[in-house]
Amino acid sequence: MRKKELKLVVTFHTTADAMAMEKACKEYQVPGRIIPVPRAISAGCGLSWCADLGDREQIVDMMRKAGIEEEEMHECMV
Amino acid sequence: MIYLDNAATTMRKPQKVIDAVVQAMSSMGNAGRGVNDASLSASRIIYDTRERICRMVGGTNPRQVVFTCNSTESLNMALRGLLNPGDHVITTMLEHNSVLRPLYDLESKGTKLTIIGCRERGTFDIEDMRKAITSETKMIVCTNGSNLTGNYVDLKPIGELAHENGLLFVVDASQTAGVFPIDVEEMKIDVLCFTGHKGMLGPQGTGGMYVREGVSVRSLKAGGTGVQTYSKTQPAQMPTALEAGTLNGHGIAGLHAALEYLEEYGIDNIRAREQKLMWRFYEGVKDIENVTIYGDFTTKNRCAIVTLNIGDYDSSEVSDALLTEYSISTRSGGHCAPLMHEALGTVEQGAVRFSFSHYNTDEEVDTAIQAVRELAKEE
Repeated sequence: MRKKELKLVVTFHTTADAMAMEKACKEYQVPGRIIPVPRAISAGCGLSWCADLGDREQIVDMMRKAGIEEEEMHECMV
Repeated sequence: MIYLDNAATTMRKPQKVIDAVVQAMSSMGNAGRGVNDASLSASRIIYDTRERICRMVGGTNPRQVVFTCNSTESLNMALRGLLNPGDHVITTMLEHNSVLRPLYDLESKGTKLTIIGCRERGTFDIEDMRKAITSETKMIVCTNGSNLTGNYVDLKPIGELAHENGLLFVVDASQTAGVFPIDVEEMKIDVLCFTGHKGMLGPQGTGGMYVREGVSVRSLKAGGTGVQTYSKTQPAQMPTALEAGTLNGHGIAGLHAALEYLEEYGIDNIRAREQKLMWRFYEGVKDIENVTIYGDFTTKNRCAIVTLNIGDYDSSEVSDALLTEYSISTRSGGHCAPLMHEALGTVEQGAVRFSFSHYNTDEEVDTAIQAVRELAKEE
């Protein structure tokens, strides 16, 4: 398995929110990608947004502007 | 074959709709059920379709667009998910069975129902609606256009009436979505129900509803959602609250292409073309002896539908003659709008419906006019 890094992981209530996030990140040129929700965060299923910790402020700002609500925001090894 | 049954379904679809469905069927995974490319491509196109529909209906949030199989499913969800025993609901004689049957069922369980009667030419008066409002009234539900007569219903005053009285306003846009401008904010619509396979030019099995933010529709379904697996209840957040099970991703990909087509062609242009064909047909048949036309032709704004009878001929016989002798496809008999037939006095005879698409040609319309003329002479 590849080496894990500490990342920012944003989870969502719905797939629609995750898609809105991906689209907004592309539009605002915020780096990151969709990943399955890591087990360390939730044993459920679903999509989450994985980004560098350093981009947290930019992501929070962008989500507010784009009207995207997160379920939770975590720092975890991915 | 000359296809004039577009109010049932628009048979001819833009080529890009067909291509999109074929492409989706060879590449698309299950939306929201994984983070592989195939699954994500489905999630992306479905979300983009929500955005396009939200834009088309003047909505405020694409998450309020819910996908269903058709208008009937949407209307069932809206009516059964919002009305309770003891509530009073107002509707009209213009309605399709997709509105009436759920309402009759709810009525048998204690919901109170008022059906506004028809005035001349299959129209109704909003004043009759106003008079029907009581302290128990919770909702007005009505069509945006009659599937039988093509009469267009102006939603804005009804939305205002509902809003002034604190009522929910649910709309059946089966005959108008994709052809007439709809603005849920301006028209004060709480739930807009539409199908994808008529004026929107998408595949059958697609449809949906736009639910105003803040309106909570009880879910009739629960099941897999791709999120919150270990929760025992359906997620409360829209659109997942009202979507359970795998969505019709292949169909929605086609609907996505159809929405692109509508944006490119312009729904105003589509409506103008359809109406031009409808008026051409109407002018061609209205003075033929023995022909009775139903509906309100005193106003220019109407759906591209002309419904008629020839003498006292059985409408099915006329429709069959149109098909076998002229290769013209129409619909006859009852049209799932029983109260409208009662109001028009066509319960026994039924009626022959000619409904037009922007793809029809002037020549096709002229052939249909000539066919009606010849059949009427035989009477």
